Amino acid sequence: MFKADDLAIFPIDAWIQQSVSWVALNLRPIFLAIKWPVENLLSLNDWLLHAIPFPIFVVGFFLLAWRLSTLGIAIFSAVSLIAIAVLGVWNEAMTTLSLISTAIVFCAVIGIPIGIWCARSDRVWNVVRPILDIMQTTPSFVYLVPVVMLFGVGTVPGEVAVVTAAAPPLIRFTNLGIRMVEHEIVEAGLAFGADKRQLLFEIQFPLAIPTILGGLNQTVLTAMVLSVVVAMIGAEGLGLVVLQGLGRLDVGRAAVGGIAIVLLAMVLDRITQKLAAPKTGGRSAARSSLFATVARLFKGGRPDETVQAVTPVKQAL
Amino acid sequence: MTERLQIQNLYKIFSNAPRPALEMLAKGGNKNEVFEKLGAVVGLNNVSLSVPEGAMYMVMGLSGSGKSTLARCINRLNEPSAGKILLDGRDIVPLGEEELREVRRTRISMVFQHFALLPNKRVIDNVEFGLKLRGIAPAERRRRAEEVLSVVGLGRWGYHFPHELSGGMRQRVGLARALATDADILIMDEAFSALDPLIRTEMQDELLRLQRTLNKTILFITHDFQEALKLGTRIAIMSEGELVREGTPQSIVLEPGSDYVAAFTREVDRARLFDARSVMRAGEPILQSERGTLVAEAGGAGFVLDRDGKVLGTLDAEACAQARAGDGIAAPSGDYVSVSPGAKLLDVARNYRDGRPIAVVDDQGRFMGSLGADDILARISSTSPKTSSAGERHV
Repeated sequence: MFKADDLAIFPIDAWIQQSVSWVALNLRPIFLAIKWPVENLLSLNDWLLHAIPFPIFVVGFFLLAWRLSTLGIAIFSAVSLIAIAVLGVWNEAMTTLSLISTAIVFCAVIGIPIGIWCARSDRVWNVVRPILDIMQTTPSFVYLVPVVMLFGVGTVPGEVAVVTAAAPPLIRFTNLGIRMVEHEIVEAGLAFGADKRQLLFEIQFPLAIPTILGGLNQTVLTAMVLSVVVAMIGAEGLGLVVLQGLGRLDVGRAAVGGIAIVLLAMVLDRITQKLAAPKTGGRSAARSSLFATVARLFKGGRPDETVQAVTPVKQAL
Repeated sequence: MTERLQIQNLYKIFSNAPRPALEMLAKGGNKNEVFEKLGAVVGLNNVSLSVPEGAMYMVMGLSGSGKSTLARCINRLNEPSAGKILLDGRDIVPLGEEELREVRRTRISMVFQHFALLPNKRVIDNVEFGLKLRGIAPAERRRRAEEVLSVVGLGRWGYHFPHELSGGMRQRVGLARALATDADILIMDEAFSALDPLIRTEMQDELLRLQRTLNKTILFITHDFQEALKLGTRIAIMSEGELVREGTPQSIVLEPGSDYVAAFTREVDRARLFDARSVMRAGEPILQSERGTLVAEAGGAGFVLDRDGKVLGTLDAEACAQARAGDGIAAPSGDYVSVSPGAKLLDVARNYRDGRPIAVVDDQGRFMGSLGADDILARISSTSPKTSSAGERHV
């Protein structure tokens, strides 16, 4: 009887092994060049997060969460952080947080421009979309194979894996946000003589920001997941706690890591979700600008207060 | 009046390869045939029109008639497939990107049906938008925006966001934004169609008021024939991408020219549309004496005019007959009604006093003609063409 295994006549695994080895050996400068900024920003973030004293960090995080979202979420965040400390995995959690925050920076720097480019050219989008599809359907586990081959093992290669896995949602949402900007408003820009650059920065990008922030939420969550998975290739952080727990059949240790991961993920999700839909006063009020979002970081008070203060004044003319 | 904007044989085919469709139209094919044979949608089919300076030119048509396509071709949001668009005699169809931007920034501005304001920017920033694109200094454009905002009656609202304003107010912002650039041509694409009826009427009155001082050349797109009649100095009616009738509001109602147009004109309130000038009869001089000139009045009586053509008074039918018989012109009585040539028939009827003759006099008081009650009644009720006004065209 003819068996499926009889078809396995080509040494495909060997070919891939050889070609990846060749790439790893001959294109080494490229990978080093990619690794360099990741390594530096990551170590800076890591150092910073560990250097901030615990009480100051909790208070600072509370205030930040309050201004970006609501008081409820801010309280929840502070309690979660204290709970993580109580669990005894504070340092690991900070390492994970540094992986995520670094990934956000790289995803934004890479993802948003690519997303804009995709939105402006159907041809680019037709090339990028299948790549994103592949990236997003690939199980995170499989990501690790090429990463290990090309970048080795450890926290920095782990970060590279986090960035590549977390960037696609931001690219997608940026593209979507810009394409969804009301046609008539784009037309108005053109009718008043906007050139391509003005059209992007005066109209399309500011109006796409709520959607882009929605993408940021997805990116943060994907980064969270990956930052745990990359423990398998030697990255430090909460993932390593779980992995060690599993390795030693230490259920308690694994559970502690797991609880801390869930708490951190919920905190990041709630805050970034509120960022994407910061206001509640009607459809048009939900739109915000980059400036307003950034300004909220510095201005006192909750964003909702400003909306309530200027309730829509409908005055028949 | 100079022609500010002229459109000559403009075609718009929605297709990547418009040439076969254009050839088919040139051979006499119509929109449906082109669509069946080539699958191309004809947006505009050989449209020519001419908008004089200071006109409120209404382009009226039902949805799918090509009116918005026409408006969008003028600032080339839609690229015309063939034809010319002359702006002060210069064709803007072949302009390159740079020159086109210049035209859009300084010559043609636009008001949109759904306002198209930037929701993330304050009213004042929205009004400044066109000036900002042009690179005008912040202080200068702020000053200009505040000025224009107060012109449209929103001086207090500059630092609010568009979502805090009602629909009518938002469209005032849209109008202010268009006025701020000082463009002399204004395209208003269904500008009032999204507003409530009451607010729409108010905005129409406001536009008429503004236009008296601004004197822009306005191309106003609408699907509402009543709006076209109320605002327009001229109306172009479109159907199936073609211009089917063009003329002044009164001439179109008087002579629709086709059943399609007649369907719109049937319900028109003629008493509010037609003015005294459109029904008056020029008085024939009957005789002259040292007292003045006697001219015949519509109802059989007569008016006595002085040397400058001003009305001295009226003579009844009996006195006129005596004058004809050689008795000379008797002392005229002041028992008549005078109306201006622009007075609507409704107002003329309101001023009409039992049996008194009506004189149409210009603003210097000179006699232009007279009209009788039967003339007014005939015009208000008639649906058949009677007289024809100047400056109209059947297509």
